[in-house]
This record gives sequence, structure tokens and C-alpha cells, in this order.
Amino acid sequence: MYEILTIALLLAMFLAMFRFLKGPTLSDRVIAFDVIGIMAVSLLVILSLYFQRSIYLDVALVLGAIGFLGTAVFGRYIEKGI
Amino acid sequence: MTFLGSLFIIAGIGSFLISAIGLLRMPDLYSRIHAGAKSPTLATLLVLLGAIFIEPVWTPKLLLLAFFVLATNPLSSSVIARASHKADLPYLNTSGVDALKAYDEERSKEEK
Repeated sequence: MYEILTIALLLAMFLAMFRFLKGPTLSDRVIAFDVIGIMAVSLLVILSLYFQRSIYLDVALVLGAIGFLGTAVFGRYIEKGI
Repeated sequence: MTFLGSLFIIAGIGSFLISAIGLLRMPDLYSRIHAGAKSPTLATLLVLLGAIFIEPVWTPKLLLLAFFVLATNPLSSSVIARASHKADLPYLNTSGVDALKAYDEERSKEEK
């Protein structure tokens, strides 16, 4: 079952990646990247269930925190420049 | 319990797929931000809830992760939307009204 769920989640990441490549403005790309990061957190949770290892949850936690910081810095850049 | 957890995880993945389709199909920037803000949060929370049902021993870590997602994800979307509005990025203004811009201009006038 987890294999099918992983494939479906990778399909969703692929669709978001299409918007990331195409997006007319910088904000489109940033929001698509943010969504891909959130999907990666869920993917790590599903993989930790599949491999029965809770250590992957720590990776998901760090990924969530760092992804948020990147998005916040990009918001500041869009608003005021460097 | 495993069945219930699987059901929650399947609902979460479906919500992710809907969010990705919305990200592709929505017509302008702010509706795309809307598609990228709400449903991924719901989907992540559903996946974490399903994981709690499947592996009850991991509950503290998963709850911490849920708190992080719930705190940071709407905040980052809000930051991006506010910055794009300040930077005057183009969008479909079908109503012809921009209340936030009028408010910002009034406030900057008051500060002067």
C-alpha cells in the first residue's frame, strides 16, 4: 500500500514542479517550492512508516523548519530587494 | 487501527493531489497562493494523524511535527502574499477594488 501512496505523492510533487518551472513571477516559483517542501515532509513520514524507523521523523522536523526559513527570506527579498 | 490510519493517509494524499492540480490550473498569483496554502496544511495534518493511528508509540514526535507544520505553513504563505502585494505584482482584479492598497496609502499619508 505504501508503494502506491508514495507514487501518488511523487506525482503531486511532479505537478507542483511543473508550476515551479513555468511560473510567470518569482512568487509563483516560491510558493510551488514551499508546497514541494511540505510534500517532502509527508513523504518522509510515509517512508518512516514503510521502513519502520522513527529516526526519519527527525529529518522531517528539520526539513519543515529550514523550508519555512527559506520562504520567509524570499518574502523579504520580494518586498524590499537585497 | 491500521485500517483507520490508512484511510486518513489516503485522504491526505488525495488532498495533496488536489492542491497540486490547483497550483497548476488556477488563473492568477493569489489564487495559486490560496491553493498552495490551505490544502497542503490539511493534507499534512491528515497524514500525521494517520501515522499516529498506525504507530501510537511515535505520538510525541508526530505531534511536534504537526505543531511545526501548523505554525509555519500558513505563516510562509501569508508572508509571500503580503510581499507580492507590496511589490505590485500583476493579478486578475475582476472587482476593480484594492482595499489593502488604499489602506496602505492612507497609513503612509498619516505617517508623513
